[in-house]
Formats: sequence, structure tokens, C-alpha cells
Amino acid sequence: MADKIYRVRMNDLSFSVEDVPKEWLGLGGRGLTSTIVAAEVDPECHPLGPNNKMVFAPGLLSGTAAANSGRTSLGAKSPLTGGIKESNSGGTSAGIMAKLGVKALIIEGLPEEDDTFYHIHVTKEHVTIEPIPELVGKENFEVLDTMLERYGRKVAVFSIGTPGEQRMLISNISVKDPQGKIRSLGRGGLGAVMGSKKIKVITVDAGDSKETYLADAATFRAANKAFTKALKENPISGEGLPAFGTDILVNIINEAGGLPSMNFRYGTSENAEELSGEHVAENIQERGGKTTHGCHAGCVIQCSQVYNDKDGNYVTSGFEYEMIWAFGANYGIDDIDTIAHIDHIMDDIGVDAIETGVTFGVAAEGGMLPFGDGEAVIKILTEEIPNGTPTGRVIGSGAGNVGKLYGVVRVPVVKNQGMPAYEPRAIKGQGITYVTTPMGADHTAGYAVATNILNSGGHIDPLKKEGQVELSRNLQIASAAIDSTGMCIFVAFPALDDPACLPALIDMINARFGAELTGDDVTNLGKNILKLEHAFNLKAGLGKADDRIPEFMKYETLPPHDAIWDFTNEEIDAFWDF
Amino acid sequence: MAEITVTVKLFAQYREGKFKVEQRQYPEGTTVGEVIAETGIAVDRYPIGVMIINGRHVEEDRILEAGDTLALFPKVGGG
Repeated sequence: MADKIYRVRMNDLSFSVEDVPKEWLGLGGRGLTSTIVAAEVDPECHPLGPNNKMVFAPGLLSGTAAANSGRTSLGAKSPLTGGIKESNSGGTSAGIMAKLGVKALIIEGLPEEDDTFYHIHVTKEHVTIEPIPELVGKENFEVLDTMLERYGRKVAVFSIGTPGEQRMLISNISVKDPQGKIRSLGRGGLGAVMGSKKIKVITVDAGDSKETYLADAATFRAANKAFTKALKENPISGEGLPAFGTDILVNIINEAGGLPSMNFRYGTSENAEELSGEHVAENIQERGGKTTHGCHAGCVIQCSQVYNDKDGNYVTSGFEYEMIWAFGANYGIDDIDTIAHIDHIMDDIGVDAIETGVTFGVAAEGGMLPFGDGEAVIKILTEEIPNGTPTGRVIGSGAGNVGKLYGVVRVPVVKNQGMPAYEPRAIKGQGITYVTTPMGADHTAGYAVATNILNSGGHIDPLKKEGQVELSRNLQIASAAIDSTGMCIFVAFPALDDPACLPALIDMINARFGAELTGDDVTNLGKNILKLEHAFNLKAGLGKADDRIPEFMKYETLPPHDAIWDFTNEEIDAFWDF
Repeated sequence: MAEITVTVKLFAQYREGKFKVEQRQYPEGTTVGEVIAETGIAVDRYPIGVMIINGRHVEEDRILEAGDTLALFPKVGGG
């Protein structure tokens, strides 16, 4: 059986299972979600109104034995940025959707206006859409456990907590991981879109289906072997990430002067050692827990971990650099265990770690609460936000809006989305990615940190402008293509330095589909995705003036390098000359 | 020969059996490469990834000056 498009219409609670249009056949992941959003969503629509759509899609290699191919993409118009959004996550959903033959799940329309929330359950050629009043007002872990009890552990689960129900802009969508914990479709406020469609939870049950056939199984196996070898032999994906997790970055970004601190006032943090991946790994070794943990089946990198408290009790998993930075360096909490507790709460209620941490930094700048007050954060996350109090809604509205409400000038957002954990003045290639990517300030869209700081793919001086636009462009093109395969973005580290890596990836795609793609074809795929996302944003009203850094970064120097944002508009706009 | 004092910081696997941060004395004219050899960090197992002095990337032939802070990393990444 060929893959199908599953379409759910919330306006009349109906569904259809459709053939895949020819022009979508060669697409997956971000390439497919952005193509469908661009084709079917009016760029001028209100993101929370009847004309926005959610498009879930596994990657081209998801559901196969390909290492690290378990990312699910979600596309929609973002209520946070007002532009197109693709957010992707690990978890079990990509493999399950691919095995069921779901090329994409499109959800459109809004149900009648009342208090009803729905549960969508997807099985072979069938979808049920039923009210689920017993889970309204519940948070993600309770929703997840309820679904696993009902359907068993092999079901894929997407859910929102109370922030998503309330259509808050910091809300995300939780995805079940292999251990029954949570990964997140984090950025862009997509939990609010799911909340607007009155969907509390989506489950996908593949049953016995195994629709992921291989056109050439022997070639596929050989290519996967070469690809896996490249991942395992690379010092970053094979050694550093399994041992220390993504949080290994705290110290190196801090030493380079690019770790945003106290709401992007400084480029270093005195808390760096406390927050570091080395410290987290030490605690894990002392207390039990795990330094290796995969977010999806088939992951050979295992960058995630299981983190316990001082008494050896489980606190959280997927304890990542961006989150630890956001609440540690940026908001100023100087205790890693408090940050771990906050991480667990954010998984439970379903809010984006970056947007929420950046929002607290701006709120502290505006005097709403002190910097570094972990207890105040916990109270807001567990009481104010779930209950939708005015304070909860203020924080729930994201960094850009809190900045406006409190008259703050130092607001680190691009296209209204909070900046991740790299200072654009001191890591200029990353700054070019923040301002040019159609996603709003996003680090994974084109991870120039690799070449500016980590010496992956060579070295380009992070404090100079030379070469940064070209670097960011090449990385964004490659990332758009990788995001279409279902691959974890960390395959970029071996891809940048090991000439065997990318050809093996392309060989796998060809062997899966019986195609004859070349490296140039893959590059062109990346270019086309970026161009159609950019075109959507232009029609949505996001023009050149939105491809800009916050003004304070152009006149306020950043210690310790006294770095400033000094690109001209012409230099930035040249990004799109391809 | 005169000696200089520099701060040496080790990270990730380089800390195993070594130190996190130390003030160390070296003869004037010592290079980063010579410090790497002197500390005995496990560069055979974990090749040098990044060398940073006072916040700026350097190469192994860079000569240390009094008061420098040298940070040594194996290849690391994340995001």
C-alpha cells in the first residue's frame, strides 16, 4: 500500500484518507510540512482562526532502520512569529506514522465554540474524533499515562497541557518518547494552534502495519552501516554528546564570551561551572541516573540523560543545554537542581524551554520579579499559568509581548521569537541565522556555532563579519534538507567533517525510494524549502524590516569582547541571493 | 629563564584524573602546544578540538603571556 495523506476536519469532525499528490511524493519532514502549509494555508490568516492548519509529517527515512531517523516535523502558521513554522521533535511518533503509511496528518478547521476538547485517534485508514472531557485541565504526564493505559506503550501520543488549552504563545506540543517520557515540538507556540482547534491529545496506533518498504534493501543496509559508522566515529556524536549531553556547551560558549547572561547583558556567566555538562554528568554519576538516553528508537548518539535529585529520585530527562542556559545564565538561577525541577514542570505543562526562559529574563529586566528567583518561577509555572491568572497570561505571552507590557528595550527576539543560547554580537554567524531564517530566532535552522566556536567544518572568526552570511546560508540550506529526512540535526557534526557521512545518507534515501538523487539534488531541495518558506512570510507581511537584530545590540557593547552587531541591512539581505 | 603564571582550564574528558582549573608556571616563550604536552591530557584518546586564550580561539603555536587564561577542549558539540 502506498503512503496516504490523512486529513481531519475539526469544523464537522470528519476525516478523509487521500492519495498523495505526485508533487509531494518525494518530500518528507520539513520539506513536506512547509510545502503543504504554503499550498493550503492563507499567509494572511489568523494563526488561531479557522484557516490555519497543522501538518504532522515523519521524515523520508523515518520508520526504517536508518540510525537517528526518528524526527517528526510539525508545520503551521505560527501565532508567535506570524510566519511559517516547522518545529521537529524526537519521540516515537515518526516511526509509528511511517509504519502506518501516514505521509502527513493534516488537521484543519475549528469546531463549534464551546468547552469541548477532543481526542483524535488515528489507525489504519481510520480516524476517530471524540470529546475527552475527563482530560480537560490536566497536564501532559497525566494525559500521556492515560493514553498508554488505554492503548498500550506502542502508541504515539501528541498532547497539550493547560497553557496550550489556553492558547498561550509559549505553549508547545508534547511527544511520547521511547521510555514513556516527553519530548517536545517546542518552538513557535504551536501548542496554541492545537488548543485553538480544541484538540487535547492525538494518538496514532500502527497496529501490525509495516508500510516502510525498501526499494533496495541490501544497498540500504550497507549505506546505513556506513552512516552509523560515521556517527559513532565522530568525536562529537560518538564521544562528547553521549558522555556529557548537549549541556557540554555551557563552558565552551562561556569561555568564548558568547553565553548570553542576565537577559543578554553579558557574554559570560559566573554560574557556568554550576550549569555545565561536566557538573550535570558528575551529579548523574554520584546519584544514579543515566548519562545516555535516546529520544527516539534507532538513535546511536544518545545525547539525552536521566537526571536524579540528591536522594536518587528521578527528576527529569532530556535535560538540555538550551533550557539550562535559559534559566541558569539568562535568568540567573545558580542551582542546577532547581533548574532540573523547572525542566520537569515545563515538560508537564507543555511550554517551550527557550521562549519561557527568555520571557523570564525580560520579565526580570522589567521588574516583574527578581533575576534568579527559582521559587517565583515555579509558582508561576505551577499555579499562575495553569489557572490562567493575569500573571500567568503575561508570562504565557512570550518574551516580545512581556517586553512591550513592561516597557523594556532589551528584548532579545527576532520575529517576536526569543533567542536561544548564543549571543549574536559575539557569535555573528549565529546572529545571521537568527535574523534570516524564516523561523524567527532559532539556532537549529543554521547552526553557525559549529564553525564559529566548535571548529566543526573549519573555523570562521566569531567576532568578525567576513564569511558569516555565506556560512549561515550554506548551513540553512543543508539543515532544511536534513530536516526533511527525519534525521536528528546532530548528524551535521559528522557531515561537516567526515566525507563519508552525507553520501551514505543520500544512498539510504535512494535505496529507500528507488531514486537517483545526487548531492546537488539534495542542496536544491534545501534551497527550495527556504525559498517557499520565505515567500510565505513575505505574503504574511514579514518583510526585510523583520530580518533584523533587536536595536539594542547595535549600540550596546557586549562584555567581555565589547562586541557589537555591525552588519548593514544590505549585507543581511544578501543572504537571499541564491 | 623567567617564569610566567598562567591559568589553565580543562574541560570535558580532559579533566579525567587531572584538574578543572589551576594557576601554573611556565618558562617565557612557552607555546599552547607545549602546555598541552606538559599537562598530559588525553589528546591521543580525545584529540584537541578548541584552544581559547582570553576568549579568543588560538592555535598550538601561540606563545603564552603572563596572566593569560588558556582553556582546552576536546571536540565538543550540542545545540
